[in-house]
Amino acid sequence: MDKKSVFAESFALDNAAKDIVEIRRRIKYESELDKSFRDKIAKSAHGEKLYGCIQCGTCSAACPVSHYMDYTPRKIIQMVREGFKEEVLTSSTVWLCASCYACTVECPKGIKITDVMYALKRESILGNYYPKKSPASILANNFFNQVLNNGRNSEGPLLVKMYLKTNPFMLFKNMALGFKLWIRGRISLKTERIKDKKALKKLLQSVEDKSIYKAEVNSPALKEASAV
Amino acid sequence: MKYIYYPGCSLKSTGKLYEESLLAVFDALGIEYEELKDWNCCGATAYMAVDEKKAFVLAARNIALAEQQFKDEEEVNIVAPCSACYMILLKTQKFLEDNPEDMAVIKAALKESGLDYKAKAKIRHPIDVFINDIGEQEIAKRITKPLKGIRVASYYGCQTVRPYSTFDDQRNPVTMDKLFKAAGAEVVDWTMKTRCCGASLTGTIQEVALPLSYIILHEAKKRRADVVTTACSLCQFNLECYQTNIDKKFKTDTKIDVIYFTQLLGLALGLEPKKLGINRLFAKPENLFRIMEGGKPVYV
Amino acid sequence: MFNSNGNGTPKIGFYVCHCGHNIASMVDVEEVQKFASTLPGVVVSRDYKYMCSDPGQELIQKDIKELGLNRIVVASCSPLLHEHTFRVAAEKAGLNPYYFHMVNIRESVSWVHTDKLSATQKAKALTRAAIQRVFFHKPLEKKSVPVNPDVLIVGGGISGITAALTIANAGKHVYLVEREPTIGGHMAMFDKTFPTLDCAACILTPKMSAVKSHPNITLWTYSEVEKVEGFVGNYKVNIKRKPRYVIEELCVGCMECIDACIYKEAKYPDEFNQKLSKRKPIYIPFPQATPQVVLFDPETCIDFKSHRCKKTCIESCDRKAIDLKQVPEYKEINVGTVILTTGFKTYDAELSPQYGYGKYPNVYTSLEVERLVNASGPTAGEVVTKDGKKPKSVGIIHCVGSRDQKAHKWCSKVCCMYSLKLAHLIKEHTGAQVYNFYIDMRTPGKGYEEFYDKLMTEGVHFVRGRVSEVTDWALVPEEENKLTIRVEDTLIGVVRRVPVDMVVLAVGLEPRVDAGDIRRMFNISCSNEGWFLERHPKLAPVSTFTDGIFIAGACQGPKDIPDSVAQAGAAAAEVLSLISAGSIELEPNTASINEKFCSGCKSCIPICPYSAISFNDGTQKAVINEALCKGCGTCVAACPSGSIIQNLFEDDQIFSEIDGLLKFADIELEEMEAEHA
Repeated sequence: MDKKSVFAESFALDNAAKDIVEIRRRIKYESELDKSFRDKIAKSAHGEKLYGCIQCGTCSAACPVSHYMDYTPRKIIQMVREGFKEEVLTSSTVWLCASCYACTVECPKGIKITDVMYALKRESILGNYYPKKSPASILANNFFNQVLNNGRNSEGPLLVKMYLKTNPFMLFKNMALGFKLWIRGRISLKTERIKDKKALKKLLQSVEDKSIYKAEVNSPALKEASAV
Repeated sequence: MKYIYYPGCSLKSTGKLYEESLLAVFDALGIEYEELKDWNCCGATAYMAVDEKKAFVLAARNIALAEQQFKDEEEVNIVAPCSACYMILLKTQKFLEDNPEDMAVIKAALKESGLDYKAKAKIRHPIDVFINDIGEQEIAKRITKPLKGIRVASYYGCQTVRPYSTFDDQRNPVTMDKLFKAAGAEVVDWTMKTRCCGASLTGTIQEVALPLSYIILHEAKKRRADVVTTACSLCQFNLECYQTNIDKKFKTDTKIDVIYFTQLLGLALGLEPKKLGINRLFAKPENLFRIMEGGKPVYV
Repeated sequence: MFNSNGNGTPKIGFYVCHCGHNIASMVDVEEVQKFASTLPGVVVSRDYKYMCSDPGQELIQKDIKELGLNRIVVASCSPLLHEHTFRVAAEKAGLNPYYFHMVNIRESVSWVHTDKLSATQKAKALTRAAIQRVFFHKPLEKKSVPVNPDVLIVGGGISGITAALTIANAGKHVYLVEREPTIGGHMAMFDKTFPTLDCAACILTPKMSAVKSHPNITLWTYSEVEKVEGFVGNYKVNIKRKPRYVIEELCVGCMECIDACIYKEAKYPDEFNQKLSKRKPIYIPFPQATPQVVLFDPETCIDFKSHRCKKTCIESCDRKAIDLKQVPEYKEINVGTVILTTGFKTYDAELSPQYGYGKYPNVYTSLEVERLVNASGPTAGEVVTKDGKKPKSVGIIHCVGSRDQKAHKWCSKVCCMYSLKLAHLIKEHTGAQVYNFYIDMRTPGKGYEEFYDKLMTEGVHFVRGRVSEVTDWALVPEEENKLTIRVEDTLIGVVRRVPVDMVVLAVGLEPRVDAGDIRRMFNISCSNEGWFLERHPKLAPVSTFTDGIFIAGACQGPKDIPDSVAQAGAAAAEVLSLISAGSIELEPNTASINEKFCSGCKSCIPICPYSAISFNDGTQKAVINEALCKGCGTCVAACPSGSIIQNLFEDDQIFSEIDGLLKFADIELEEMEAEHA
């Protein structure tokens, strides 16, 4: 096969952008930055080590998907530190992170970058920044609700729901795959449940962090998540 | 010693064959186990992205349940075969240990629902159990169908050995190699062992995920592997079931047998393929069976 | 309770220092001064902005003369910094300096507290304790001991060589002990030195032969220090000379024995060439080795293993220099001072497996490449990969083992510069595309930034980013059969895969494996990382906490050649200053035995860390050698009959001090109770 195609694939996004000549302002004024952002994220990610980043880029190099991201993980860390809240929370980076922990293992300064990404995902949902048609964030939300209500995750219904919400065409495209799984007894559309659903739900609600919820009352994702 | 078996959601659905083969191998090696009663979702990746504290409660509940179920046993060893479950249970233990305040909140919440989180349970991966509790020599003794002439590329995926587990090296793990050497196979030295297969993105952003799987499969074939063994249900599904999509996209031929490490170990222990869930694979591992019978592989 | 100790009624002068804002911002010094003036025995109490300044000292001297003070207490910084200053001031005004006592209200109070009220209370408590203590102070006399003018230098790298020549040229005798068969250290392995690119051998070997031929230097290579006893001015050192199986005085280095060895081909890894070439069981490390004497490796020589060799080597030597029955030789020397120049080792690249060292043959360490580019190296200066080809592209990875929490946290300081040098040499030798992958380029030093400029104009690639891995798997055709370096080009923000033929790992510097043993043997300290600890990072960089023991070069921390040479000169000057003085004064805070109470139980003898206590068989009592005693107090605490007394730490002094502290606590408690009532 032509191995060049993989290479081309890696730069597909960049090449697509090349066709459009776009004039963008490349200056940032201090008043546009959110100075409290870094403390918020550092706290949420349980580590102030974020401040110790030397911008060496090992995380980006170790990341298997960084070449698809609009900002590399290294840039994200710097942007968080300097308060580029909007750019970070609307970036594709956080939703492309597959949580493989390669960056966390390789970081020479011991920064848990994967946990920073989780914190950003949460922040993006809470603040209603997440890309509305992004399957990754929809999946996370649906998964959350399913487990909140049933205690377990049922892969079949989860995927069907996600495709319906994002790209119904994908559902059609993956139908054959689904069928193959179904005849091999590897997927079902039945919803899995634990015995005492109510007790579990109560348990989960008992650790709700009220302060976060109050602060971001307008997040539809949260409303959806907690309205049951 | 008796183990608590925590299947997690995927071993009951797409990873059903992982469960079947794992338990069959447990039986064959005389490993005693009990399934965790009324277990719930581990709170893995997707959950962590929405509400971290709830994710930790979910994991802690499972650990507390296990401690309750085995309250009369000397040790509580939870076997978590799914990488995501294994990692998240370890992560929860570590997180709660490092953050006493959160520990107090979660302990109190569990107490409300009649559970006591003692943080005493050990979280174990099946590879860890096979290598460190049973031992390569003991396993070698029980091999009835040695994997002679089979080149195995062991693949751990991302979360099996990273970042909290301690039973193997985080960059170049070797325990699975030891296992298959004991079963008489040749092992392939490759650098893909812990490289992300992209599974968590296959369902959502396929154009990013497929190249990742392609790299792994392509490299396995280049290193003349006959079979790729996985230890994670997402990896197995991803690397096997998307082979046709990958081939179409990259105009290549990545056809290679991708099975659970427990399935291959089960075959070496002389277990029936059907008992190991081989029939649930998308394609029969033709090459594997041929070479085991002394023949030549069909697809190279 | 007032013990005048033969100095009349105690008349105490108390002085509290503001230390600018250092103390005054957290301690109410005026309050402390007023408080002290109310205490018994205090004749005068003052506060002053800088007590250590000349006017501050003059203040004390004036009071001593005019008010007849016979005790001085200063509350200021740590005694480590200014105890000496004030003692000298008191002495100049005619007072025995040991009537002075110092209270530390800076490091122990103002710098570590955040509440001014409590900090002031603590300062007052410490003041009261000190004032009660000085009542019991006695006049003490310093003792002086002569300094043996001979010097021991351990380690024959560029630092040791420099120090040895400096001291020897001043007419003093030096024993230079080197573990390896030759002196020269790491510098002897290099081809060129940065930033001037002058040939390392050209500037080093003349110094090596100067050491060998200097009448004032005794050079013992292939030797190790085994035991050190004594104290500044008078050390006794035992040295083991390992057998070379060749009589050093007879061998002229003609190397005919090497040719005559029954092994026609060299087959054992050559340590000096970083195992990139082979040597015979009888060998010389490199052509300019000093001394020019061959040696045997008993591990690989057939005769040592089977005793059945034809011994063609012995036949070939017409000077009869070979002696296969040679045994270790033990030397005992007496020296007054010691300089440790034991150097460093490079980081073991296999501990960073992501870079593939030990796995991929064409991944080299920087030290290996130093040998490759060296004209007297394994390839006679040809830079080639393991399959003998000239590389078309070479990647140099910086910070391997440095700036990494999983390896070493420190910056190894020299790697940026030597990587630039190697980039230049590789490009010059091969014309390859050379890439430097760096985190930060650190080129502070004379001519260093200019060297970086030069490299950039030479067309070397500089990619700012730390490499995550070196792999042999190919994603695209250009990567087939190459080593691929994956890195984020952080200045562009794009991840790159750079295929190269050769990878050079710029390994960092770390302490030698046995630095801990050396440290214990010479009774000096190490930093957490294992580097030898200097007495003061700025003001006493080559001294240690043990008098008479000095350090220089990379054993103290990563250092390049100019810095090592400068330190070696500094250490030599320190040594010569001690020798010139001829004798040194010992602090009188030593312990002594009160024979009346000593039961002769001997329990103090083994616990003394300085072997200062012996037993007098005639009197059946223990005896302390005051010259050896360091005043650590271990024996005082251990003596079951309480018969050991230590100057400046006598029982009544300490009890009175404690009493002062407790009295203050009582007052404070009463005040609190009164407030509550």
